[in-house]
Amino acid sequence: MSSKLVIDPVTRIEGHAKISLFLDDAGKVEDAHFHVVEFRGFEKFCEGRPMWEMAGITSRICGICPVSHLLASAKTGDKILAVRVPIAGEKLRRMMNLGQILQSHALSFFHLSSPDFLLGWDSDPGQRNVFGLMAANPDLARAGIRLRQFGQTVIELLGARKIHAAWPVPGGVRYPLSDEGKAWIQDRLPESRATILSAIELFESWLDAHPVEVDVFGKFPSLFMSLVGDDGRWEHYGGHLRIIDSEGQIVADRLSEDDYQSFIGEAVEPWSYLKFPYYKPLGYPDGVYRVGPLARLNICDFIGTPEADRALERFRQRAGGRVATSSFFYHYARLIEILACVEAIEQLVNDPDVQSSRVRAEAGINELNGVGVSEAPRGTLFHHYQVDENGLIQSVNLIIATGQNNLAMNRTIKQIAQHYVEGSSDGSIPEGILNRVEAGIRAFDPCLSCSTHAVGQMPLKLDVFNADRVLIQTLERSS
Amino acid sequence: MDTLTNPAPGAVVETEGADRPKKLRFATVWLGGCSGCHMSFLDLDEWLFELAKYAEVVFSPVGSDAKIFPDQVDICLAEGAVANEENLEFIQKVRSRSKLLISFGDCAVNGNVTAMRNPSATVEEILDRCYLELADLSPQYPREPGIVPPLIKQALPVHQVVPVDVFLPGCPPSAAQIQSALESLFTGEAQTAKLKFG
Ligand code: SF4
Repeated sequence: MSSKLVIDPVTRIEGHAKISLFLDDAGKVEDAHFHVVEFRGFEKFCEGRPMWEMAGITSRICGICPVSHLLASAKTGDKILAVRVPIAGEKLRRMMNLGQILQSHALSFFHLSSPDFLLGWDSDPGQRNVFGLMAANPDLARAGIRLRQFGQTVIELLGARKIHAAWPVPGGVRYPLSDEGKAWIQDRLPESRATILSAIELFESWLDAHPVEVDVFGKFPSLFMSLVGDDGRWEHYGGHLRIIDSEGQIVADRLSEDDYQSFIGEAVEPWSYLKFPYYKPLGYPDGVYRVGPLARLNICDFIGTPEADRALERFRQRAGGRVATSSFFYHYARLIEILACVEAIEQLVNDPDVQSSRVRAEAGINELNGVGVSEAPRGTLFHHYQVDENGLIQSVNLIIATGQNNLAMNRTIKQIAQHYVEGSSDGSIPEGILNRVEAGIRAFDPCLSCSTHAVGQMPLKLDVFNADRVLIQTLERSS
Repeated sequence: MDTLTNPAPGAVVETEGADRPKKLRFATVWLGGCSGCHMSFLDLDEWLFELAKYAEVVFSPVGSDAKIFPDQVDICLAEGAVANEENLEFIQKVRSRSKLLISFGDCAVNGNVTAMRNPSATVEEILDRCYLELADLSPQYPREPGIVPPLIKQALPVHQVVPVDVFLPGCPPSAAQIQSALESLFTGEAQTAKLKFG
């Protein structure tokens, strides 16, 4: 009989989610659904609030990448004030974003995903976590923890707090980097560089030994979208939007965030709180596109810092083409971006501008509509506000990075499940196989707090449905 | 270096074998919040090695693959407000299986940002905005029975749903605050905490 399996909760991801696998009469995987089960409704309750509060409120969408919301919100505010941020303010904002991309990627790799690589997909689920890693490989765990701490501390040194630092504001930032902050960062850079270089080396050797994962963890053609510098440089804050296909051909270029509604549509499915953005000209679901580290590395021509550019070259060799189409390469791209962040922070910390006091342009409400964009660790983030003459919010729309990978995440888990799940007479699936399905989601490092503007644990429950989509079995994993 | 060999005093710490204290069964859960409190927990950084000497993490979205909240948990940190039917059911299970339940961060303590929806709009108005007005295609409410949990009318602080033993406010509480709270619980003031709040 055909059946459905539900994995609940998906663990070691950032948010509440479940996965359903639909099996046919022969026990083969027919389809897979990734469900996001939380929702907080920021688009509604922000109505009527002063525009100035938006950075502080929307930061609370997500504690993992609050800086992305702070920046997207501040950039939306820049448009509403109709000001140009002073150069020092822009450099400081960039520095904070680099700190955040670094810390968030380190969390994804060391704390959440590396137990799968280093301890094994099929290892004891009771140990397969950051604490298991601390016991099995304390040096690596400590180095990873200290690398994330470096990123978090860069944020804290700039904005006085690690999480929800109310420092990027419409018009710029609140104050420059202090002498002590500069000294701390300079002091900690060599260790951070050494850690990420050895992590990349470790991951490359792991990758070479695991070609199957590369092939079945969400390898398919799709579009990619990210910001890119006007000269083709890797970009995370400014530049313009570009969309490419899996051959590396530019599909659309020099897109402005102001027109996002003309090229991004959002669909709703009854089985998830996470909406399904798609590239409008190709329709739904053909307009599937991926965002985040994989998209940024596929799209940019170069990174612009020496070590990261060398790593990008190796990345492209291993991808076997100009564009990496395996979602497994998200991990690899994330590590290379950490390296890029370390190098870019090094450049900025030695730039006298970040200690300049001209960090903010002041103005009142000059436009009633604004769209801000920023590259969050997980991809392109849009904030769109309409305000009245007093700056009170009339309407809000948010297009969140993780949501834009929703179609791709669903495809990835289907591909993994179809590869690993063998038809079995009793419908049982080994735990290690379920963990691989979950790991397909972890590769995207989804942030479900953000995606549904909620946060929560990603539960992993596996529901088994028969061919008529009637629930016949629920597997909940316990450690 | 290994504090395990120095039996830590305290009510929740029971001895196992001759002189080795049993590790506390420690859990963290996520309700309706932004995960910032959990990130602040991870900001304990290298102190996590200390934590691992006192406690075994038996359930945590960031530090465990356990899918079912286990029995006999000694200390549980709960982040977030109770916002949907699944949170409601889950926190009751968590309460019944935990000796000491800590409201972890402002969302758990007083609803905070998660509860900002309460006075401003009904659940339907919020869903209408997000899934009908802001959808380009197939506008509808996400609502799959057993999968996508319906929101409850108001997002509630945890203590309005189940008794809470300790309150740890902050948005998020800083790592230093979390560390000092856990340290006191791990090393003997747990008894006081229990007497005081439980
Ligand atoms: S208290 Fe603050 S940091 Fe914690 S979950 Fe709520 S909004 Fe996030």
